Amino acid sequence: MERIPVLRMGSFLLVTIQVDMHDRLALALQDDLMGQIRAAGTTGVLLDISALDVVDSFIGRTIGNIAAMARILGAETVVTGMRPAVAITLVELGLSLEGVRTALDVARGMEMLGRPAPPRSGRARHS
Amino acid sequence: MPVTRSQDLPLRSDEDVVRARQLTRQWAIELGFSLVDQTKIVTAASELARNTVLHGGGGQMTLEHLDEGPRRGLRLVFVDQGPGIADIEQAMRDGFSTGSGLGLGLSGSRRLMSEFSISSRPGQGTRISTVRWR
Repeated sequence: MERIPVLRMGSFLLVTIQVDMHDRLALALQDDLMGQIRAAGTTGVLLDISALDVVDSFIGRTIGNIAAMARILGAETVVTGMRPAVAITLVELGLSLEGVRTALDVARGMEMLGRPAPPRSGRARHS
Repeated sequence: MPVTRSQDLPLRSDEDVVRARQLTRQWAIELGFSLVDQTKIVTAASELARNTVLHGGGGQMTLEHLDEGPRRGLRLVFVDQGPGIADIEQAMRDGFSTGSGLGLGLSGSRRLMSEFSISSRPGQGTRISTVRWR
C-alpha cells in the first residue's frame, strides 16, 4: 500500500501530506508516526497540510488523534499551512481541532516546536 | 427543477470516497462556485460518500447541475440499499454515531449545504439529497 513519507530532522518528525488521503492511508500515517516516535526520542511532530484542499471529519479527527497520541508519547505536534477555506469549513462542520497547535507555515511551525508548549488547561489566555 | 446535466459515481470503497471528492470539486469549479463554497460542497460530499460506503454497504452518488431561472445549483444524491436509519432525527444530531466516528457526517454536511433531505426506512436503504445554490 502507498504510504505518506515521514522525514526525521534531529528530534523532530516532519510530514508533508501531498495527496488526497483515503481513510486507510490516514490511519497508516497515524500508525507510522506513532511507531517512529517510540523508536527514537522524538520531541516534536510537524504536520504540513498546505497541499490539502479538503479536510473532512475523518481526516480532522485523525489529525487530532495524532496530536493526542504523540503528546502521550512525549512529543508535541504542530499542524501547519491549513488553507483558510479549509479552516472555515472545518469549524462549520463542527470540528474545531481544540488542543491541536497550529502555525501558518513550516518555518513558524519549526520555530514553535523549539519552544515549550503553552499550558493547556484553564480559560485564561495571556499573550 | 430542470436538471441540465448529471453523472453517476459508484461508491464501494475508501478510494471511491476520494473519487467522489475529486469529481464534486470538478463540478463545483465548472459551476463557478467560490473557493470557500467549493470546499464546503466537497467536504459534505466526502462525509456523505463515506456514510454510503460505511453504513449503507456501498451505493452511488449522482451529481446534478440545476438551472432554475437565474439560480444555478449543484445537487448531490446519495443512495444505498443498506440497513437504513430507524430514527432520522437522532441520526441528524451532532455527535450521534453508530460507528466509531464523531457523528458529524450528517449534521455537519447539512450545515455546509443549502438544502438537505433524507429519506430512509429500516431494511430499505437510505437516500440523501442535498443542494448548494450559487
